[in-house]
Amino acid sequence: MIRACSVSELPEGEALRLPGPVPVSVFHAEGAYYALDDTCSHQDASLADGWIEGCYVECPLHAARFDLRTGAPDCLPAKNAVRTYPVVIADGVIYVDTEARQEVA
Amino acid sequence: MRTIAVVGTSLAGLRAAQELRGRGFDGRLVMIGAEPPYDRPPLSKDFLLGKVSADDLALAGQDDLDALAAEWHLGVRAEKLGREGVTLGDGTTVAADGYVIATGAVARTLDAARDLSGIHTLRTLGDAVALKAALAAGPSSVVVIGAGFIGAEVASACRLLGHEVTVVEAMPVPLASVLGARMGAVCGDLHAENDVRLITGVPVAGFDGDGRVTGVRLADGRELLADLVVAGVGARPAIGWLTGSGLAVDDGVLVDSGCVTVNPRVIAVGDVARYRCPLRGGRVRAEHWTAASEQPGVAVANLLAGSTVTHFARHGYFWSDQYGRRLQFAGVATEDVRIAEGDVASKRFVATYHRGDVLAGVFAIDSPRPFTRLRRALRSLGEPRR
Ligand SMILES: Cc1cc2nc3c(=O)[nH]c(=O)nc-3n(C[C@H](O)[C@H](O)[C@H](O)COP(=O)(O)OP(=O)(O)OC[C@H]3O[C@@H](n4cnc5c(N)ncnc54)[C@H](O)[C@@H]3O)c2cc1C
Ligand code: FES
Repeated sequence: MIRACSVSELPEGEALRLPGPVPVSVFHAEGAYYALDDTCSHQDASLADGWIEGCYVECPLHAARFDLRTGAPDCLPAKNAVRTYPVVIADGVIYVDTEARQEVA
Repeated sequence: MRTIAVVGTSLAGLRAAQELRGRGFDGRLVMIGAEPPYDRPPLSKDFLLGKVSADDLALAGQDDLDALAAEWHLGVRAEKLGREGVTLGDGTTVAADGYVIATGAVARTLDAARDLSGIHTLRTLGDAVALKAALAAGPSSVVVIGAGFIGAEVASACRLLGHEVTVVEAMPVPLASVLGARMGAVCGDLHAENDVRLITGVPVAGFDGDGRVTGVRLADGRELLADLVVAGVGARPAIGWLTGSGLAVDDGVLVDSGCVTVNPRVIAVGDVARYRCPLRGGRVRAEHWTAASEQPGVAVANLLAGSTVTHFARHGYFWSDQYGRRLQFAGVATEDVRIAEGDVASKRFVATYHRGDVLAGVFAIDSPRPFTRLRRALRSLGEPRR
């Protein structure tokens, strides 16, 4: 489990990148929190810099859209999903369970 | 429509095929291309740097290509489009009910370079492989002609590979026609900051060398030593094969705002298409990846409908990677440039372009998040309500 930030630090429609060997990002969208591998499966953009709309994030470089719930892209140019991770909220703090990597959708 | 032929099987052609199948076209799909589909932008960036291989450039996996259930004619050129269909270099004629023209563009060359080796252009994978091999041979000095995006990226890659590089640009300020003079100058500074010499405002007059290039002569009399030259002097649309087709061509295939030619059974997409842009008012050839990727959705819908029912009204967008920095631009450049975030000196900022109170364009270096937000603002302002 890694601590991301407090709930108040991540408003709706925002994302936060957690640096690490495999950067992971937490997203706050549609009233829920999601964690995904931060690097777009197409090339090398950071999804935390993307545009969040509904339950999707659009990559800032070539506009592939990923479903925050599953990590799956719903349009080209990305062909592969990114991994998702369970998010746990405890005492107003957002944690990401990076050990429980979920297989790609 | 029973048969549709797609000519040109790179980004725009492949996307057109994917859109055709995605929109339920279940007839015969014929793909005609001098080259297989691959992604060009990495050629002047990660491919030259050796960070990605030719295999990584594939635009689709074999499964995706198989799923198109298409008939492929690869490694062959279309030579003519006429009443009887498309005639290929191997003598085959493909008759179809609908045609997608996606032949892209070809690198411009310099006449004076004709008889000399060691002078490269960069458009195809073959060009990139040749340039990479020439760089690996250890040239003592590289001259890049043209400080546009391709020239700047090549200069950057050569520098990162440790070569001595000079860039020659005929215009006084690089990229001014695209980004405006102020931001063009900022991009020009990137060269000097990375120990690349930039010479502006002087055209190239010719080359020295006997068989192989040894130097570049400038119009002001200066001579630069060079044993490797890369000309990044733009691209011209690949329209030669359309002579006699009855289609209107003028620096590209002329199409309406829905990428449809004068013949509703023929559409043109990507770098080869000069479309009527509802946002800009005039005709433009987009010559950028995102347009080549997105136009086919609109064009194919119109082809299948038999007339222009939908329009391509997206602001231009492109990115470029230079000296480890990411540049992004969307919309149009105006004189009224403001720094919205960051600072220019540190080369991490977002600049906005305005027309009165209206946001007209956005340019950013190493600031993808604010850029994306402003680009969205631009999109929603500019997109006509339907
Ligand atoms: C080195 C490089 C770097 C780039 N970097 C960027 C970037 O960073 N950002 C960006 O936005 N854009 C970039 N671009 C531009 C982008 O790659 C193009 O806009 C895009 O490739 C256009 O796609 P297209 O399918 O229209 O044309 P093309 O990619 O040119 O494809 C046309 C295809 O048609 C084939 N063809 C031509 N004539 C015939 C014929 N008669 N018969 C059969 N086949 C034919 C060609 O061989 C080619 O395969 C770059 C381009 C280059 C060359
Ligand atoms: S890097 Fe994300 S879509 Fe290309």
